[in-house]
Amino acid sequence: MAFYECVLIARQDVATSQVEGLVADFTKILEDNGGRLAGSEYWGLRTLSYRIKKNRKGHYVMLRVDSPAAAMQELERNLRLSDDVIRYLTVRVETLEEGPSIVMQARNSRDERGDRGDRGGRGDRGDRGERRFGRDGGGRDFGRDGGRPRAPREADSEGTTASEGAAE
Amino acid sequence: MSVQVVSGGGGGRRPFFRRRKSCPFSGPKAPKIDYKDTRLLLRFVSERGKIVPSRITAVSSKKQRELARAIKRARFLALLPYVLK
Repeated sequence: MAFYECVLIARQDVATSQVEGLVADFTKILEDNGGRLAGSEYWGLRTLSYRIKKNRKGHYVMLRVDSPAAAMQELERNLRLSDDVIRYLTVRVETLEEGPSIVMQARNSRDERGDRGDRGGRGDRGDRGERRFGRDGGGRDFGRDGGRPRAPREADSEGTTASEGAAE
Repeated sequence: MSVQVVSGGGGGRRPFFRRRKSCPFSGPKAPKIDYKDTRLLLRFVSERGKIVPSRITAVSSKKQRELARAIKRARFLALLPYVLK
């Protein structure tokens, strides 16, 4: 028995329920030949990077299979015969991964990452500001003699460039 | 003179010296190369969709072979384009 990962792309015109039917058919073929489906993942209707047989989109399904090579060959033969499957790729893997694959993780974390990104961006800006003030604090002794009136009257940028120059 | 050349041969003499980067796929927290991980693979593909040479990305040759295989698999599954634009 060997472990395989099989990704197949079904035509975009096929309904989601039909895709599930396809997976059930292929599972049956595997089991008839002594194989076992360790898990399947439906990645949804994704846009293809390029057109395949006039299709712009496709239903992606990944099957995690633990089966002898003969069963896999029989499955691939049926994948080739099926008109609904426009492409498939079988990869032999050392170990079958547990849990959702990277594709599903990316999909689930997309919303979370958006929030995190916003929060992180704000946090970074705050930190940088504080650090600059800290440097200015170091320069305050320098500027206390005549620096205070200068800052509001002239441009703020001049004050910052001067302090940066002094720091470096 | 000879001492200067030896000591500065790698770094000090060249104006555009950059510290040699280590391979992004070696080390304890390195990501696993997977043909399904489109976002990771996209980082090693040029704007035109070509695989970026390892001399630019500093990927070790063993990992570069693995990476190229993953990118080609992703292309076959239309997860990545063969040609961009």
